[in-house]
This record gives sequence, structure tokens and C-alpha cells, in this order.
Amino acid sequence: MISQQTSSLSRRAFLAGSGALVVTLADAPAGAASANCAAARPPLTGDQLSSYISIETDGTVVAYYGKIDGGQGLGTAIAQMVAEEIDVPFERVRVVMGDSALTLDMGGASAAIGVSHGGMVLRRTAAEARRLLIELAATSLGVPADQLATADGFVQAKTDPSKRVSYAELIGGRYFDAKVNWNGKTSNALGVEVKTPLKQPSEFKVIGKSFRRRDLPGKVFGSLEMVNDKRLPGMLHARMIRPPVAGAVPVKVDENSIKQIPGARVVWIKDLLAVVAEKEWNAVKAARALKVTWSESKPNFPGHGKLHDYIRNAPVIQRTIQRENGSVEEGFRQAARIIEGEYEYPVQSHASMGPACAVADVREGEATIWTSTQKPYDSATCVAELLGLPPDKVRAIWMFGTGSYGRNDQGDATADAAVLSKHLGRPVRVQYMRDEGLAWDPKGTPSVNRSKAGLDASGKVIAYENISKGFSRTDTNTRESRAADVLAGHLLGFPLQPGLSFEIPVASYTFDHGRLGWEIIAPLMDRASPLRTTHLRDPYGPPILFGSESFIDELAAATQTDPVDFRLRYLQNPRDRDAVRIAAQAYGWEKRPSPRNDQKDKDIAVGRGIAFRRHFSTFIALVAEVRVHRTTGKIEIARLVCGHDVGMIVNPETLKHVIDRQLVYGLSRAMFEEVAFDANMVTSTDWQSYPVLHMNAIPESIEIVLIERPEAAPSGAGEMALGLVPAAIGNAVFDATGVRLRRVPFTAERVKAALDRA
Amino acid sequence: MAALTLMVDGTARVVEVDDPDMPLLYALRDELKLNNPRFGCGLGQCGACTVHIDGVAVRSCMTPVSAVGARRITTLAGLGTPEQPHPIQRAWIEEQVSQCAYCVNGWIMTAAALLARNPHPTDAQIKEALGDLVCRCGTHNAALRAVKRAAQAA
Repeated sequence: MISQQTSSLSRRAFLAGSGALVVTLADAPAGAASANCAAARPPLTGDQLSSYISIETDGTVVAYYGKIDGGQGLGTAIAQMVAEEIDVPFERVRVVMGDSALTLDMGGASAAIGVSHGGMVLRRTAAEARRLLIELAATSLGVPADQLATADGFVQAKTDPSKRVSYAELIGGRYFDAKVNWNGKTSNALGVEVKTPLKQPSEFKVIGKSFRRRDLPGKVFGSLEMVNDKRLPGMLHARMIRPPVAGAVPVKVDENSIKQIPGARVVWIKDLLAVVAEKEWNAVKAARALKVTWSESKPNFPGHGKLHDYIRNAPVIQRTIQRENGSVEEGFRQAARIIEGEYEYPVQSHASMGPACAVADVREGEATIWTSTQKPYDSATCVAELLGLPPDKVRAIWMFGTGSYGRNDQGDATADAAVLSKHLGRPVRVQYMRDEGLAWDPKGTPSVNRSKAGLDASGKVIAYENISKGFSRTDTNTRESRAADVLAGHLLGFPLQPGLSFEIPVASYTFDHGRLGWEIIAPLMDRASPLRTTHLRDPYGPPILFGSESFIDELAAATQTDPVDFRLRYLQNPRDRDAVRIAAQAYGWEKRPSPRNDQKDKDIAVGRGIAFRRHFSTFIALVAEVRVHRTTGKIEIARLVCGHDVGMIVNPETLKHVIDRQLVYGLSRAMFEEVAFDANMVTSTDWQSYPVLHMNAIPESIEIVLIERPEAAPSGAGEMALGLVPAAIGNAVFDATGVRLRRVPFTAERVKAALDRA
Repeated sequence: MAALTLMVDGTARVVEVDDPDMPLLYALRDELKLNNPRFGCGLGQCGACTVHIDGVAVRSCMTPVSAVGARRITTLAGLGTPEQPHPIQRAWIEEQVSQCAYCVNGWIMTAAALLARNPHPTDAQIKEALGDLVCRCGTHNAALRAVKRAAQAA
């Protein structure tokens, strides 16, 4: 049985932390009783090496990773990075993830920086641990440190390999008692510096190898314990009761309506309403049977069909120009020709495979939450505020669970479970139902992306402006660290703290005059809104890049320039240029302007399109080849070809899998996904009313070219490629048909209508 | 309250049932404490709850527990083991298909049932057999590769 990686360790380490674990020092070599060792784990603070790494009695290296593995294999990559620097075989590293009692807050899963941030922190501390092991061995072996080397979990004399001592003998079962230079920050800003240099790529033995994912056997053989499987003695099953009209709150609850269901009871706290039962099925039945009278509510949502007109007309509450160079007004004045383009992106749901689930056990003065949220540390802080507990009295234990794709509903479920457990005095497991997982999760931001370019008489772009107008991506904060960030907080009266932000496309293209910014409009409903907006996977990607990269294609077409040549003309950075060139070459790109114009009499038109982005230090270009069926509007994806430069690659095969899967996920969002809603409520409540990609729509071929740059720092890969999918397809459809798609998703009906208008 | 005997992964298991309409899913998860299958939609639309009943892939969220009778239930954990994996499970590891794997019961159990009745399916037959399964991580292409690999190995 493969269980949660934290479970076996947690109890023992907890005992150690409380001083209850007795370490028999007599078993350790005399030399190891050094100032660098401690029997009990030093406090879990950023300046302690033991907060990042320890070595067990059998020589297992434990890496304490304050992020989580949402299903992309990060646990395996982290183990590789640590094994490399501390010099043990990959198999000998265990990674503990996302347990607030055992691991520092490194921000949870966020922005696809699991390797570039958290991985590099652990790599540095592993290098420092290796240096200290050599110091310990110098004492133990009586050999000067500069004459010692490490290999496979041993320190040995360079000239006499028989003089050697294992890491386990040196410190196994105890802890490093040494400081690292911590920047004093936590979460994504946590940083450490160590004295020890990192290994050079030429020295790598573990990094760069394609070890298989460690989490997969447990998943494939059905033994892995997910948060859904957490069962505690005396645990009650809960279901939340949500209103039929957004904004309505319960005014009368008929408890008699569920009295025939064994063990079922109502929990009603202010505006929060739930049912609980000993047996899960009885909680489901009670949720269905409960008769509730709801308050009058008239949200007057515009409906998804009129949403973008609503966005265009809504007052701007904040306008931010995030980047500006030259004088855009002057550039437009000088221009011989002005081109403008507008693109619409819908509301999309995280639509996780499993609706959110969490377990909470709230006792007198303390609480434990089991959660698969991406942000367990923030969730603990949120729960502390909701329950009125000091933050250090809430322990969050992250567990594997459904994929989440950003700030989904798992933080909400965790908060619900905690509130109910406190109220009932028993452990509570909350499992949302399918309709909640679609209708009530925080949503990805809908927007209108507007571009404008000024070209001189030669066709050179001299001025460029890109402005998104839409809802804030932090209306609901992505970190869910405050009561105001979760539905339970809204229903229990915590003051709202919405944020105002969007983002811009990365300004890789060099134009003489440029202006990139965004305009935020007010949320449709201020509290407990089923349309509250937040981060959806690649929050800076699809809504913005669909517009900006389609518009670049418009400019190429307007100047009768090949789309690859056009991009290369305005890209200066070699890594930007390489990504575009390598993707085009791998596809077999033939240079010519779009559209083709030779398929007008054909029912099936073939085209290819490219899109490019830089995100952090990841450089990606994606080529799509499509077949457009004119009579039906159906788009078939013949090929996706991706050139991908992430810097140093830890695990090439897993990286390819991450890109392959996310391109398919991105395709689902580009082709199918749109949250439907009417004046009262979200009407996407199941997989029929929220269509997603199925097997019949998969790309016929996905080709990924990894661009190797072992000397460059690793960047992120968890979401950067998917943002290119809508623009690459839209550009390919234009190439095939001459028709520009301006609204995601590219449903057959919408494509047919666009073709018919042309 | 009635006691029902279910044949699960080769073992007779007794469950106390107070509602004969309770879906099999809840008997397996809540009564028998199995970690699979999983609740995905409760509507038969996604497949996360899939088990075999007498070798046929069935959505346990839509199957009343009282309707199973003496038929053999096989879950993902009963399909194969790391030591003796089902060919689909082996192929799933070889292709490193899954990401979060919340959906995996549906894909592996449905694919295993397909290969049992059609050991060498075409791509189109595989796509059709797996056509109403949901995966939100985008493992579809990898799943197709894995089923083909398992079919070739058979």
C-alpha cells in the first residue's frame, strides 16, 4: 500500500518536536556528537537547515517541501534535485509536502514555480547539508575536509576509499543544528543563500534523468490515499446547501423534511447552511430532501450571451498601465495605417474532476485540516481566522486529491469542514456535489482584450497598445488566507477584501512605442457569488494571449508577412527567437503569408498557425494545424507542435508529459469550455451543461521539442504552454479560411456562424 | 436495515444497508472503506466511479447496491497488483499517463473491459469506448497510447 507520504513521518516528527523521542546517542559514532547535530528537531523556522532537510537512521534523506504536487510529478523532480546535491541515490530521498507542522510555507502550488523556486531552495539546502556532512566526517574519520568526497550517501577519503562513513552513521535519526541565510520571507518569497556552490551541469548524475513518477503506482493500483479517503473515528459526512438564486440566504429551514433520514441533521450558522449524517449517502439524501425557504434575491446577471457587451459598457473602477515605452499617442499620430482588433474570453470554471473535499477535526483550542488545496498554509491561516484560533494552532495536512488548476473550490470546502467541525464538536468530511464543483467554484476571469497598432508607410509596426478590460483576477484572493476569501467567510459575515488586478502579455516584441495595461470592472455580485473571479490555471495566459497573439497574426496578415517571419522581426532575445524558429522547423513550416486563399471551394480547409510567449524565463512557441469543416464549423486538430525552453531540465520525460497533458487541457478550454449563466444563477451544473473535451476531439498528434539549456536556471512548465492554444488554433483557422475567430470557446456553432458571416 | 453480501475483488463482504437504492459507490467507499472508485459526478457522466460487475464496466454511482446481487464486483485495486499488473495498468505506468489520477478508475476499468471483449481494437474503437469519460488533466492522448500499448502486448 502506498499511502500519503507525510503520514508515516508525521507522528514521529511530531514526537521529536515535543522532545518525546529519545535518541540513543550511544549508537552513533563518537565523532557525530558535534555542534552540527541536534537530537530533537530545531524550531521549524526558515533559518534552520533542519527545516529543509534531515537524514533518518537508515540513511533516507527527507526533503521538506512547502509546496505540493498537484499531479504533474513535482515530488519526483524535487527528489531528483535533492538527491543530486546531497549525493545519494534518487531512491533514497523522500519528499514530505505541504504539512504545516513539518514543512515551511513555501507558498503551496503557485505560478508553476515548483522547481524554479521551491526546488531550488531545497537544492541549495541539500548542498549545504552535504558540506556539513563532510565537516562531520572530517571529525569522525580524522581526515581534513578538503581531502574528503561524497558519493552514494557516504563521505570517504579521496585517497583511501576504505576510510568512509555513511550519512546515516554521521547524523541519521538526529537533525542538522545549523543555520542557513534565510531572507526572512515566507511563501513564494522565501529564499535561502548557502555557502556551498551548487553542482555544475557537467557533474549531474540524477538531474536530467527521466525517473518515473513515484506517485503513479499508488494511483494506478488504487492504493493511494487521497483526501477523499481520509476517515476519522466519529467523523460526520456533510453536504452544503446552496441557494437556487445567487445571493439568496436561508430564512426558514424545515428540519422535519429530513427527519426520516437516519442520523441526518441540519447545521445553520448565520447564512451558512449544511446537513450532516453518520453515513455519507444519508447526507446526500438529506441535502436533496431539505426544504428551505430562501430570501428574495435579484442578482440581475447579464447572462453569458451578453457578458462581453456588459464588460464593454461597465464603468472602469481601476485602470493600470503596467508597461509603457516611447509615446504611444505620438506613434499612432505618425502612423500611416492603424489596425485594431478585439477578442473575447468567457467565464471558465476550474471544473475539477472531483468536486472539492476536505476533512477537519476541530478540538478545544486547536484544529487539524486535511486538504488537497494548492495552498495548505494559507488555508490554515484562513481557518484560524474563521474559528478565532491563533494561526499556529491550525495544522494543515495536504493530501493528494483531484487536480485543481488554480484557486479552485478546495479552500472553500476546507473552510466549510472546519466551521462545521467546530460547531458539531466532531470531525467532519465535506464533499461537494457535481453542481457545486461547476456552479460554485471561483471562476477564471472573462474579459475583452483590445489591441491597436500603428504602422508606418513601410509596414513597420511603430506603436502598439494592448488593454484588457474585465473582472479582477483577485476578486477572490488566490491565496485564500483570509476568511473573506472563502464562501464560508462570506456567509458568516466577514468583511470583504476584494483585490483589483489583471495582467498584461509579456512584452517580448520590441516596438518603438508600446503600452500594455488593463481595466477592471466591479464584480457582478459582491459576496458569496458563484461568479467570483480568481486564478484559473495560467491566469495571465489564455484570456490575454488569445487576444494579443491573434492580433500579432492580424498584423502579419495585414502586411502580407509570414507569421513566423513577422514575429522574428520584432523579437530580439535569442531564446525568444529560438523557441519560434524551433517550433516552426519541427512543424515543417513553409513561409508564406496567411490566409492560404487556395481552398475557397473546399469543404474542408487546412491551415496552420503559430503563437508565442515568454513567461518568467520559459520560452514557448506552439504551432497548430487544423482542418476546418465549413458546413458544420467543426475544427479538427491535426497537429500541435511545441518548442519549449524551460532552462535546466530536471526530468525530460516528465516534462514532456506535463506539456502534452496541458496542451490537451488547453484545447478543452479553447474549444469547449464556457460557464453558462442566466440573470439568477450559473446554469452550468454538470458535464452536459459545461462541455469539456472528450476523446473524440483530441489532437491527432502532439510533438514536443525540448530546447536544452542546462546552464540556464530552471523556470516553470506547469501551465505556460496551455495559454498559447487558443491563439495558435485561431491563427490556424484564419490561415485555412481567412476568417478570424474572436471569441473563445471555438464551438462548431460559433465557428459556423463566423464562416457564414464572412 | 438489511445485510447484503457483496463479492468485491474476490472476497465476500457484508454491508448493512438501510436504503436499497443507495448507489453501490457509497457501499464501496463508505461501508467497505475502499479508496476507489471515486465520486466524480453522481450522474453517470464522468466515469470516476467505474467498477466491473461480472467483467462489464459499470458506473457505481448509478447502480443501486441492491441490484448487484451475487455478481462479481472488481475495483481498480482488484484488477491487478504491482507484482501482477493488468496489462492496462502496466501500460498506464509505462506511458506515465495520469496526472492527478482522480479519473483513473474510469479510464483503466473501461479500457480493461474493452480489451476483454476486443483484444485488438482500432484507434476509433478505443476512442469510442473511452468516449464518455472525463479527464480534466488532459491525459487523453496518453491514455490512447497506453491502451494501444496494452493491446499490442496482449
